[in-house]
Amino acid sequence: MTASVEFRGLRRAFGRTVALDGLDLTVAPGEFVALLGPSGCGKTTALRCVAGFERPDSGAVLVDGKDVTDVPANKRDAGMVFQSYSLFPNLNARDNVAFGLRVRKVPVATRRARAGELLELVGLPTHADRYPHQLSGGQQQRVALARALALEPRVLLLDEPLSALDAKVRVSLREEIRRLQLDLGITTVFVTHDQEEALSIADRVAVLRDGRLEQVGAPAEVYDRPATPFVAEFVGTMNHLAGQVSGDQVTVLGQILPVDGPVPEDPSVDVLVRPEAVKVVPSPDGPAEVVAASFRGASVRLRLAVEGGEVLADVPGHEAAQLGPGTRVTVRLVERPVLVAERTVTVPAPVVAADAV
Amino acid sequence: MAALTGLERVSGTVTRRPKAWRGVVFALAAAYFLVPLGTSVWYTIYTPTAGVSLSAYGELLTADGFVRSLSLSLGLAVATIAVVLLLALPAMLAVRLFAPGLRVVMEVLCTLPLVVPPITFVAGIGTSLRNGTEVLAPTPFWATLIAVQDPAFPVVLVLAYVVLVLPFVYRSLDAGLRTMDVRTLVEAARNLGASWPYVLVRVIVPNLRSALASASFLTLALVLGEYTVASLLGYEPFAVWIVTVSGSKGQLSVAVSILSLLLIWLLLLAVSTVFGRKKGK
Repeated sequence: MTASVEFRGLRRAFGRTVALDGLDLTVAPGEFVALLGPSGCGKTTALRCVAGFERPDSGAVLVDGKDVTDVPANKRDAGMVFQSYSLFPNLNARDNVAFGLRVRKVPVATRRARAGELLELVGLPTHADRYPHQLSGGQQQRVALARALALEPRVLLLDEPLSALDAKVRVSLREEIRRLQLDLGITTVFVTHDQEEALSIADRVAVLRDGRLEQVGAPAEVYDRPATPFVAEFVGTMNHLAGQVSGDQVTVLGQILPVDGPVPEDPSVDVLVRPEAVKVVPSPDGPAEVVAASFRGASVRLRLAVEGGEVLADVPGHEAAQLGPGTRVTVRLVERPVLVAERTVTVPAPVVAADAV
Repeated sequence: MAALTGLERVSGTVTRRPKAWRGVVFALAAAYFLVPLGTSVWYTIYTPTAGVSLSAYGELLTADGFVRSLSLSLGLAVATIAVVLLLALPAMLAVRLFAPGLRVVMEVLCTLPLVVPPITFVAGIGTSLRNGTEVLAPTPFWATLIAVQDPAFPVVLVLAYVVLVLPFVYRSLDAGLRTMDVRTLVEAARNLGASWPYVLVRVIVPNLRSALASASFLTLALVLGEYTVASLLGYEPFAVWIVTVSGSKGQLSVAVSILSLLLIWLLLLAVSTVFGRKKGK
């Protein structure tokens, strides 16, 4: 019951705004792919092209190898969960779930039974008679998920279904979505602007920028080996440190580390280092100093003044007690292969992503 | 949701003073409406010579034209409601979903009949009908117009009423559509395999019940009470008939007014219970 989804050279412009600029991406059968990107990068438009709510100016959407670009939305085989609450207010949970079955003229008894099963699947077996206004946001999205699955579609489309929910519900529901997806083995395209969400549940993450694919790969790959500076900045936080390449090694902050991936021609490079790969040890005559520390729950993010610039470092909360602002420290980078990029900065300074507070 | 705000508990202590005022306002308003109504009723049932009698009402129900004009008015009202809703709802949905830029144009167009006095409007219709004969005579459109003419059921009045009620219908439906996320609901239904008519009937209409009800109320009330257009075009629905009758018999005309008031009130009650019951289900 599962199918592949292929975006082929998808282009879509709204007036002067180009939402999709030649998007190419293939989602394998049964795969969970997250489309990740800042707002306006075209991820929702791409999803809507699969659902049939948006028609690409050029290019095609293929489901299971068949071109569905001209198929009207109500004839497509893709269940969708929307960002905003989309349950029909005049119907209770059961009738909402059974809506698609009713459209297909499935007998009442069958569709009631099927709706019951689905509500049980999403953990709401006792809420069948409630109306949308009697359900919490998380419950509404669960019902919407059950409704999308009721017709046993070959593709599941999730358009930021968690973004309206509060943090705790968001985490538990996303894990549940992943569990369900694995159980059913349904091909899923999940749109989100939340990198943590994308990294935690997807098989592969596709990072979009200005309507184009920047990188697609397994979460660990996208995080550890960002293909472009944009991905590095958007997915997590990345320090850009000045370094000198010699052979397959690079000298950075007085350390020599092996280089991973391609090396630019100019030996003066940016070395890309994650904050959690920066080790900080207090030492009274250390060359670096803690400028600021911000508490982030399990970890503390330190802003460090090093020779000629600043570096961000994440340290476990219990270590941070002795690392208040003003402390002299030594900075060591974790000994592992690092990515280098063409020099964009002259001093070692961190490039801070949206989540770096 | 409002029930959870806790406001109602506070209101118990605050309402002491306003309560007295409420009573005063209520009494004044009630007097304003009920005194004229009461005196009217008294006038229809009491004559110094014959005393109290309901003969005026009895005469009414047997009077020439009462049933005919009333059924004509009701027929016109039903036809107008059907036509205006079938016209306005799909159009408003289409504009919302596919051409949001045209919303302003549509709003202005639909509100326009409010600023055109009915007398001007009917003069325009009259002129158009007279001159149009020559211009349109050779076209199939004219043949259609002629074919649908029926002296017992003037289609031209329905068309005129559709234009007249458009502002009210537009306002009601617009308010109703504002209360829901039309685009998402439509897309959700389309995603589940619903055709456009199915979306309209099963998703939009059920969630728009109160707006449709209020649009129907307003249309019904307006058509039952409309005098100018019908009279000038030479037809005799209920409102015109009342005026015709009142010219000759004073007591009778007031009785008719009271009866029609009662009738309209009952009709509105019926419409509202029909819509209300379905909603509560």
